[in-house]
Amino acid sequence: MPEDFAFTINGRAQTIRTEPERTVLEVLREDLGLTGAKYGCGEGRCRACTVLVDDKPVLSCVTPVKKIQGVVITSIEGLAQEDKLHPVQEAFLAEGALQCGYCTPGFVLQIVSLLRHNPKPSDEEIFDWLNPSLCRCCGYPGILRAVQRAVAAGKEAQ
Amino acid sequence: MNCHEESQPDRHELRESPRYRFEVSRRGFIQSLGAGLLICVQGGQLWAQQARGGQRTIAARLHIGEDGVVTVLTGKVEVGQGARTQLAMAAAEELRVSLDKIAMQMADTSMTPDDGGTYGSRTTPANVPEVRAAAAAARELLLETAAKEWGVARDVLKVDAGVIVETSGGRSLSFGDLAKSVKLAEVLRQRVPTDITLRKPEEWTVLGQPTVRLGTRDIVTGTHRYPSDMRLPNMLYGKVLRPPAVNATLKSIDMNAAESGENLVTVRDGDFIGCAAPSTFEASRAVWALAATAQWDIPPHPSSAELFQYLRAHTQSGGEGRRGGRPEEEGAVDEGFKAAAKVLEATYEVPYIQHVPMEPRTALAAWGNGAVTVWTATQRPDGVQGDVAEAFSLPRESVRVVVPDSGGGFGGKHSGEAAVEAARLAKAAGRPVLLQWTREEEFMWAYYRPAGLMDARAGLDDQGKLTTWQFTNYNAGGAGIGCPYTAPNRRIQHVPCDSPLRQGSYRALAATANNFARESFMDELAEAARQDPLQFRLAHLENERLRRVLEEAANAFGWAERRAKQEPGVGIGLACGTEKGSFVAACAAVRADAAKGTFEVLEICQAFECGAVQNPLNLRAQVEGCIIMGLGGALMEEATFENGVITSASLKTYTVPHLRDVPVLDIVLVNRPELPSVGAGETPIIAVAPAIANALFRATGQHLRRLPLRLKT
Repeated sequence: MPEDFAFTINGRAQTIRTEPERTVLEVLREDLGLTGAKYGCGEGRCRACTVLVDDKPVLSCVTPVKKIQGVVITSIEGLAQEDKLHPVQEAFLAEGALQCGYCTPGFVLQIVSLLRHNPKPSDEEIFDWLNPSLCRCCGYPGILRAVQRAVAAGKEAQ
Repeated sequence: MNCHEESQPDRHELRESPRYRFEVSRRGFIQSLGAGLLICVQGGQLWAQQARGGQRTIAARLHIGEDGVVTVLTGKVEVGQGARTQLAMAAAEELRVSLDKIAMQMADTSMTPDDGGTYGSRTTPANVPEVRAAAAAARELLLETAAKEWGVARDVLKVDAGVIVETSGGRSLSFGDLAKSVKLAEVLRQRVPTDITLRKPEEWTVLGQPTVRLGTRDIVTGTHRYPSDMRLPNMLYGKVLRPPAVNATLKSIDMNAAESGENLVTVRDGDFIGCAAPSTFEASRAVWALAATAQWDIPPHPSSAELFQYLRAHTQSGGEGRRGGRPEEEGAVDEGFKAAAKVLEATYEVPYIQHVPMEPRTALAAWGNGAVTVWTATQRPDGVQGDVAEAFSLPRESVRVVVPDSGGGFGGKHSGEAAVEAARLAKAAGRPVLLQWTREEEFMWAYYRPAGLMDARAGLDDQGKLTTWQFTNYNAGGAGIGCPYTAPNRRIQHVPCDSPLRQGSYRALAATANNFARESFMDELAEAARQDPLQFRLAHLENERLRRVLEEAANAFGWAERRAKQEPGVGIGLACGTEKGSFVAACAAVRADAAKGTFEVLEICQAFECGAVQNPLNLRAQVEGCIIMGLGGALMEEATFENGVITSASLKTYTVPHLRDVPVLDIVLVNRPELPSVGAGETPIIAVAPAIANALFRATGQHLRRLPLRLKT
């Protein structure tokens, strides 16, 4: 039976009434018009569905909506501040670090989360963190270049 | 490549026919025919009467707006390969405008030309020159028009950054201003001249520059709408009932198990059963309720464990040469083998693998006045228009197919299953319906790259020279089946087989399978001839372009020095090939532990040449992407199946390359500005697997003749 769920999404308070077993991904995409998080596998193995929940990456395709009562969600649509892109988005744009781009929102949010916890990750830490994320165009070298650019931009900012 | 092949660039593309043909009421048919005629008049169907590839008017290819923005119309789609950006660059180059003044209108059958599907690496060699010719012709007509307006000679005017200026430094007029005063659409309603001069690579200012994909900002902010992101007011989400096995047929079902209501539509039309509801969750729940009552017939079906014996035992006759059937033959093959000092033979195997595009098949369909519009991801918008028209017995004009930039193709989206299914659900619902396949549905119901079996046999003379070459490919296909090496006697054959799974095109088609077999076998021959694999190849290679990439890769990799100093457990190998007019060579280094049966790829150095480079940034991305995707087929990807069920129908059981699988990459992009540009999205995949297999032989002494590569312990 449908239940009420209240949470914050991209800085806005939101209440929805829906089946508790529906995935967060489906609710974002079908009920809230937020299509930036993508369906890629439905089994939490490609990370195209990544959103940030209370600043941590969550795989929305395997997370039921009942788990997000009262949390703060950031989806890719909420990352840029008005017209100002997040440095990780800037880095993807500058490097042209995408081909089809379907995995990009998930990668961007995973990298944002990594750099928030660890602004100067080693290559090993980057590899560990990003290895589960899938880019089927196999644009990993470009994505790595974007991460390194974002890390360098962060260092400059300090 | 001979002329006959050039004229049939897509001859090896494989197509699966549509699954469904729905019943139509007589009344519905007449209504839709009427609507179709209406659209035909209203939409103009600019291209309907023009044969594909025939001469077209400039106006049908380009529109110049009063804001100075030039809209380029093309039937090509963007699936990540870079067509949008490259075609915009082509138009900007010839029109002499900046890239931001170009808008691309791609793949909408109601307004864009049938440019022949997006496959076969054809955009660069075929579509780019068409767009450039139309843009160059438009530039000349704009200059003539301005000269007439001003009453001056054409040759005192030039175009600079979208502005027509008098070379004396007098008047100037932007394209937008010209569009305000003159009906440019009429001026441009002329055929593109066949003798138009295009700007030479040394003059290029837009082409040849590293250029980031257009629309990247929308992608990084999540605002780009992929086909699966399309939404319409009042729409529903669909779900289709799938059989439990690929060859199952329905015996019975209780269609009342899911109750139809205002917010749930259930459809049965022949073999098609599906539901539509306000959410995918509800539609899925309804389909599961129906599925629980279904009874199926599941006849026996071969398993992947017996695949290669099955293919050999189920050959098809018919066709000829590389398309299947009789072999192509030169010289005297049987005599060549009799006279040879050494004869070697070996059989190579490749399994079914899948494209696994990040965005599974998807479509949003909306009906109105008996006509249907479908937003979908396909590499063949005009083909899918035909598939939908056929399924619903509609005239083509009553079907509009729109392809927003999509989440990956790799040859896997030639078909229109989701479009037909969404259209059927939308028709029943009387509301728009969006359908997105699950990953599991992709693995079960999308087509696979064909599995293949390659028999190679060759004869060497007593000098270690190749005299005789015989190569037979079972099922995989004819692409890249030719032998680039000199051998006077040759017999080459592709034998089609009954395929246990649906199969179709894949990046580079069968060239990956054929190059794996041929290039692995070349190393076996080099060993038999007691020659270095590089020197053995060069001794049999006349093609200057293929020799060049082979030498470039070998030099960058340090082949000669690394062959000289052998490290324990480390092996190096190389391979080369040509396909679709471009040339590739790869060197690989591996570290193997033969006792444990494990190995890792340390490094791949690849040289690639596709004529004059048009977008070096995207070229690098395509080459890197091909190498890493090629690692998947070489090292890990393999579809398994049993009793009609795909047992690898998840990313847990079917693994594809991740970040940690990427070895050290050294890419050599060989720019040949003096040569025509050809496509680059496919050929860089073909040399990866054999280079690694050859390196593993060097490291372990094992000849691995089956993909994915596994060491024997």
